[in-house]
Amino acid sequence: MIASALFAMILLQAQNPRAAAPIDLTGYWVSVVTQDWRWRMVTPAKRDYASVPINLEAKKVGDAWDPAKDEAAGEQCKGYGAPGLMAMPTRLHITWQDENTLKAETDAGTQTRLFHFGSGKPQSPAATWQGDSIAEWERARATAKSGSLKVVTTHLRPGYLRRNGVPYSAKTVLTEYWDLATERNKDQWITITSVVDDPQYLRQPWVTALHFKKEPDGGKWDPTPCSAR
Amino acid sequence: MGSDALLSKMNSIKALVLMSALLLSAPAFAQFDLSGTWASRSNQDDQERGAGPDPVDYLGLPLNAEGRAKALSYNYSTLSLPEYQCGYLTPFYIVLGPFGLRISSELDPVTGKIIAWKIGGWVDRDATTIWVDGRPHPSPGAPHTFGGFTTGVWEGDTLTTLTTHMKASMIRRNGAPVSDQATMTMHIMRHGDLLTIRAEIEDPVYFSEPYVRSRVWVRDPSVNLGNGVSSACEPIAELAPSESAPVVPHYLPGKNPFVNELTEKHNIPAAAVLGGAETMYPEYRKKLTGYVPPPICRRYCGCGGLGVPCITDGSGIAR
Repeated sequence: MIASALFAMILLQAQNPRAAAPIDLTGYWVSVVTQDWRWRMVTPAKRDYASVPINLEAKKVGDAWDPAKDEAAGEQCKGYGAPGLMAMPTRLHITWQDENTLKAETDAGTQTRLFHFGSGKPQSPAATWQGDSIAEWERARATAKSGSLKVVTTHLRPGYLRRNGVPYSAKTVLTEYWDLATERNKDQWITITSVVDDPQYLRQPWVTALHFKKEPDGGKWDPTPCSAR
Repeated sequence: MGSDALLSKMNSIKALVLMSALLLSAPAFAQFDLSGTWASRSNQDDQERGAGPDPVDYLGLPLNAEGRAKALSYNYSTLSLPEYQCGYLTPFYIVLGPFGLRISSELDPVTGKIIAWKIGGWVDRDATTIWVDGRPHPSPGAPHTFGGFTTGVWEGDTLTTLTTHMKASMIRRNGAPVSDQATMTMHIMRHGDLLTIRAEIEDPVYFSEPYVRSRVWVRDPSVNLGNGVSSACEPIAELAPSESAPVVPHYLPGKNPFVNELTEKHNIPAAAVLGGAETMYPEYRKKLTGYVPPPICRRYCGCGGLGVPCITDGSGIAR
């Protein structure tokens, strides 16, 4: 028994992240907006910070939100940075870019997130909306056939947690856990547990969970540009 | 190969064997220990979980026509009827309510194995026992309770549960209904000090699609979650007696006075406010093209805890 466990561990270590994946996240997925509908499906009113543990500095920034100003500055994508993107009503298209990089694209805002396995990925020269994401598979035990994806994202260009100007800063660290489950009716769902840690604008980490249902194909994939409104 | 390199390789193999033995000694029955106190964070749907949803707010609910009609007939005074005063919400309220969770395990006294996980109750939700010892669900004709009957199995690192035999109740605290034919699955996942539950409720009577909610709790041994049992309750007559016939609070079709309230407050089209499965998907945004957000938030704006005046009463005046 120990020998087989040892063999399994050595095998896992020898495999690349794609081959070692304990769950298959690839395919088309749709966000099913059953919570925070009024803050996700439409842009909420200015100064609406419900459910986000902002501090006073964030409130000052949010109180001054002006979508016309963002449009004029060409910053319509401020609400589409990684900390806010997954809460958008969107579809995901997840593929392996290469053996060490998982790619998650959204049709809302046509954004692309790259999850790099291993710590060797150099930082981009400038901070970006999607930042730099380091990924790893998490298993309860090294030999377990199931597990989840952990993604830590930094080097983010400051943007909005919500489209109505609730800010996050360049100091933000986004930690996500992606889990996969199959329902009795065979529907597959991804659950993303998300922790936004921003020492500049949040009193405490903003902890949320989002879910996406698998779709049979990309028939409903509908790329749309970023919108500041 | 030199002797140092050989020694190093042998040490590596020894370490791997030791690690394997340690890993194999982990409990196979329960992949994670769920027990402890898990603090709630109002980081999603704060108003719905706290103060409560607006009267006719069915946003994101997959109600069918029958479910919508039932929801619109609901009058809050229903809760004053003696037969409803002591009613609980179903275990789905675990992911809907504002409360933290107290979770404990129940051991078989002979084998010491975990036979159940218990999620403590609260003022309006009964305790939930998740049996993981393989026992079957009751027969279809068995009595239903507010807590229902729940079993669970570990699927990898996730505890997946199934609840049946629940009584009819509310899926949202504004009268949106769930029938006694509903069943619920939960997927309980732990990542360090985070506990995530995604729950899916299927209701062939009032929903056209399953209704899914996800929520996260944070491990906090210092949080006070009471004694984990639901409150004792004794019904009393609250409504004024009627001279002609007993009063049953309700609204007749087309007579709900709150049906336009969310549209007036937040500019959300009435069709969306009334819910339905299509409102849950991204493409529904195309039907919202005429939407313009209100100029400023006037109610439940989320600035509580900041130590600054916050608008909470709809007046638009910070108090």
